[in-house]
Amino acid sequence: MALTRDEIYSKVQAVLVDALGVDEEDVTPAASLRKDLGAESIDFLDITFRLEKAFTTDPTKPFKIPRGDLFPEELDPAYVQEGKLTDAGIAEARRKLPHADHSKLAETRDPALIPDLFAVQDIVDYIERRLKA
Amino acid sequence: MRWIWIDKFIEFTSRTSATTVKNVSLAEEHLHDLYPDFPIVPHSLIVEGFAQTAGILVGEARDFAEKVILAKISRATFHRLVRPGDTIQFRAKVDQLSEQGASTSGTVTCENDLVAEIEMMFSHIDQNMAGLEFPEHNFVFTEQFTELLKGYRAGGAVTI
Repeated sequence: MALTRDEIYSKVQAVLVDALGVDEEDVTPAASLRKDLGAESIDFLDITFRLEKAFTTDPTKPFKIPRGDLFPEELDPAYVQEGKLTDAGIAEARRKLPHADHSKLAETRDPALIPDLFAVQDIVDYIERRLKA
Repeated sequence: MRWIWIDKFIEFTSRTSATTVKNVSLAEEHLHDLYPDFPIVPHSLIVEGFAQTAGILVGEARDFAEKVILAKISRATFHRLVRPGDTIQFRAKVDQLSEQGASTSGTVTCENDLVAEIEMMFSHIDQNMAGLEFPEHNFVFTEQFTELLKGYRAGGAVTI
């Protein structure tokens, strides 16, 4: 039977508590992985591994997250000009991270801010989308 | 002194698991540094021995082509001290392995006593730190580490 969004959220929350050593109440839907939960670069790989394990129900069909699919590693160079995000880059960030507050990104156009926008609910969205596919 | 905290492999299954042994001798200088009147192996060096065991396991999975570095100790729970005369066994298994790195877990025991339970992650740094420059040669897996595994595979770990 397919998991509900609440069930997916609970599993994601448990993964983040284990991977980041944070309290359950800190893992809110809007919490930024980097800014609020203190995730560092290696934590993103740890979270990916733990999600794969948590959402594998049949060992013969493991749930795999392709590299860069959940946590984009590099921005498409087409979205950056002279170190600043282009309009297309801003639009793509809004599309991929619909829940985030993009005001600072729109103001500074600094690509380095993008990882700060990645929030818990973006993981839940991703898993929900993948499980439906 | 050489920075090597395992003496030999006693089991090795590629991409899956490895077990190593370390005999603790009172002649080791570090034992006298932490608590001079009560020599013990510091927990940090127990973690290092496990990291060397698991790190070689992860490195071998890709024929030592990757520079494998310890990136995160997810958990290290200790249950007892290790003292001179003890024989430590590090049992490590690969939980997940990808292009970017690996997660591993396992136990540390003395005789049949549980010393520690450890989970750690390794990163393939050339895959994860794009833009940073590292030496071309694999500075992680020096000869002293790869020789340990060669010795085991040649039966050298159990024969003279």
